[in-house]
Amino acid sequence: MKKLLLLVLFALVTLVTYAGGYRVSVQGQRAMAMGHTGVAVVNSAELVFFNPAGLVYLENKLNISAGASGIFTDVIYQNSDLGISSETDSSVGTPLNFYGSYKVNDWLALGLGVYTPYGSEVTWPTDWAGSHLVNNIELAAIYIQPVVSIKLSEHLSIGGGPIFVTGSVNFNRNANRTLTDIDGNRSNITVDDSGVNNWGWSVSAMFNPTDNFRLGFSYRSEIILEAEGGEATFSNFPNSPVVPSNGTTTFDAELPLPAELTVGLSYQFHKKWLVAFDYNRQFWDVYESLDIQFGNGSTSLNPRNYKNSSVYRFGLQYEATSKISLRAGYYIDESPVQSGFFAPETPRNDSQGFSGGLSFAITPKLAIDASFFYLRFEEVNESYDFYQENGQNIPFRGTYKSSAFAPGLGLTYKL
Amino acid sequence: MKKNIKYLAILALGFVACEPEFDNPIDEAGVYASGEADFSNYVALGNSLTAGFADGALYITGQENSYPNILSQQFALAGGGEFTQPLMDDNLGGANLGGTQILSNRFVLEANIVDQTLPDGSVVKDTIFAPRPLVGTPTTEISNNLGSSFNNMGIPGAKSYHLGAPRYGNVAGLPDAANPYFVRFASSTETTVIADAVAQNPTFFSLWIGNNDILGYATSGGVGVDHNETGEMNPENYGGDDITNSLTFDSTYRQLIAALTANGAKGVVLNLPDVASLPFFTTVPFAPLSPLDASFGPQIPILNATYAGLNQAFAFLGVPERSIQFSATSASAVVIRDESLADISAQLTQVLTPSFGPLATILGAQFGQARQATDADLLVLTSSGVIGQLNNDRLAELISLGLTQEQAGQFSVHGVTWPLEDQYVLIPEEQAAVENARVAFNASIQSVAVANGLAFYDVASDLTQAANGGIPYDGGVITSDFVTGGVFSLDGVHPTPRAHALVTNGIIDAIENTYGAVLPSVNPGEYGTITLSNEVN
Repeated sequence: MKKLLLLVLFALVTLVTYAGGYRVSVQGQRAMAMGHTGVAVVNSAELVFFNPAGLVYLENKLNISAGASGIFTDVIYQNSDLGISSETDSSVGTPLNFYGSYKVNDWLALGLGVYTPYGSEVTWPTDWAGSHLVNNIELAAIYIQPVVSIKLSEHLSIGGGPIFVTGSVNFNRNANRTLTDIDGNRSNITVDDSGVNNWGWSVSAMFNPTDNFRLGFSYRSEIILEAEGGEATFSNFPNSPVVPSNGTTTFDAELPLPAELTVGLSYQFHKKWLVAFDYNRQFWDVYESLDIQFGNGSTSLNPRNYKNSSVYRFGLQYEATSKISLRAGYYIDESPVQSGFFAPETPRNDSQGFSGGLSFAITPKLAIDASFFYLRFEEVNESYDFYQENGQNIPFRGTYKSSAFAPGLGLTYKL
Repeated sequence: MKKNIKYLAILALGFVACEPEFDNPIDEAGVYASGEADFSNYVALGNSLTAGFADGALYITGQENSYPNILSQQFALAGGGEFTQPLMDDNLGGANLGGTQILSNRFVLEANIVDQTLPDGSVVKDTIFAPRPLVGTPTTEISNNLGSSFNNMGIPGAKSYHLGAPRYGNVAGLPDAANPYFVRFASSTETTVIADAVAQNPTFFSLWIGNNDILGYATSGGVGVDHNETGEMNPENYGGDDITNSLTFDSTYRQLIAALTANGAKGVVLNLPDVASLPFFTTVPFAPLSPLDASFGPQIPILNATYAGLNQAFAFLGVPERSIQFSATSASAVVIRDESLADISAQLTQVLTPSFGPLATILGAQFGQARQATDADLLVLTSSGVIGQLNNDRLAELISLGLTQEQAGQFSVHGVTWPLEDQYVLIPEEQAAVENARVAFNASIQSVAVANGLAFYDVASDLTQAANGGIPYDGGVITSDFVTGGVFSLDGVHPTPRAHALVTNGIIDAIENTYGAVLPSVNPGEYGTITLSNEVN
């Protein structure tokens, strides 16, 4: 009963995090349950993502963590001056992660991670009021990363490795607010590309001043996805030489996956209790504009002007029994989107995350990890002011409110 | 197990909390209000403007963007019910009767990119735009009665008195005694538009009628009869191009409002815009004859030499103001026939005979009421298709009168040597007849609105503003300029969807002011203007 109360407390106190822009912070079930903290937590192979330097401090020779979350997101929009309202199709994203580490000897561990830190899936009703900005978008980036972890002393380790990214995008929107074919069907453009690859890297360090106190540092580099020769489809344009022809052409565009710096600490203040704090700095200022150059000569320039943003994460772990660990977390997530640049393709403002979860050890080697998070957004009156018709900026305004909820399940295996 | 159920309950709680909801959702009661009005059954009465007629035709997307349909979507947030329209079968806009096409397809804007050679010899691309009829075979069959009445009772072509005219929807009365658009959904051969409207027991109505009571006369260049002059009160004696007597309009309008308000319904009425605010009358300049024109320019010296003889005769007869001369350096006014001028054909023939011989009779008749146009004349849009063109009927006539082919050709050019006929020009006297009637009609509309406590929208002021500087919207300024302005569709008379949105906002303001309603407005920038297509005849 006491445990249940505790869990309820976790559930109520822990609202969870997603991050601003198209960063999706769901890179491990155990970390997720603790507010996605982990840069200074030595717990599982999730360290491949959170802090490779810490892998070498894992007790076991082989550690594997794998998991998936179902992210249920909803965004609602309304403009009371115009009496219009809309709601995104409740999309379900399924970020996956797989991590493994192998301790070669006392001072060296190797690891491999596959994870999806960036992505977005937003589907508005086709031809809704903001359809000149987006009808639907689906972005995904899969990171594949080998890492090395080297112990310099009982107190200090370093780690890192190269990152291979493969990304895909599918984005549809209407050509403008009014263009149609003869039957009134809205002219629209879809861009689609996959297998957009590039490389990046990460470095990290872990410092353990005492047995129960750890400090962590991690930096993941910026990676620019450059789509070249992707497929663009123009549909429902009227038959006229002054507008693009229907059919397919190519497109080039760049999408940045910004760099992220994390520093944090964990403190085991009781043999059963551990508290963690992470600070993320996301370098979104690289995302200045989404510019699409089409093979048929058309261009689409979409200023974004994101700013760097911070996330403050708090996590708590309680080892209730030898088999069950309970976790909870809370975080404050700043949006990188500046006022006036609030585009409905990534309609996120500042949010608070509440998370919770537990691990259950089926055997001493195998544990099930469950997590969930709930992301709470205040409703916000915002606009995107940089859409143009005839050289004139035409704001798209309204009130938005989002929410995200993600239950996740994973397995941890150690040998 | 018990424990598990509790966990599930917590999980379920999480899911429920996940649904976002606004503090003040617009689809909940209390945000918008109908005030003293009741929008649950809205019926719109009127003519082509109400029907959503545009680009010279009635077609589905035009109907969907009609101001009553847009308005009904706003009403829906304040207790409004379903709004039905007698949609055509396609977006071509033409229609058939018994399989024979009787209504023309809509206009679309054709664009052609051509090479243009500049004076320095370089070649640039130039885009030529022109309104053209959309190609295709219409699928709407007029005689297929839709079998029910509709909330949108706008009947293209209807004049005020037509709404109460029995058999206006009787297919047997086509083309003169009935209206093909009403034939499609009249409840019986005997019924009237107003009877079918009232039978729907509307709780709210809009009425925008009377435009055609003056427009028929105006768009035909004043070939019809002004019954304010004749004093004829009975519409049964009116032709299609006549101006309705103001007293007839007044009593007709009062009867319509009496019928619509009999059950206590509230409503909104709109007045009639100045025809001079329509591009149909303002697009073709009075002086369109350019010396740079390849066929007209070289003819100027010989034309002026010929007219010099005529001008002497005008001077001799005491009407030197009728002199005709073309400028070699700037655009000249067209030659028109002004039926308000004293007909001096006989005198002219007499004076011209010594110098022109047998040709004098022809010239006398041709120029007996001729003069050059001034900026006080309005040339109708359709004149642009004939000015500078050969009048083949006149050509044949002149040849039959004994002129050579060449001579006949020289004296048969529309607006140059063959004075533009009445149907192409609205002369000041005709404009005055139209404007006097309009002012009287508008006085009736406003007084009836006041007397019945109805909302009144002065749409005429807004259209005058559109024609004089324009109306700002979020994408720029919407004006009455033909093709480019945004207010008028390609027929130069009927509004675009964007203008329907503006009208909707004007109506909403009026309804809010009169009935204390609270309604959302619409954004004109989200509504289109004209449709591009090169699928043209």
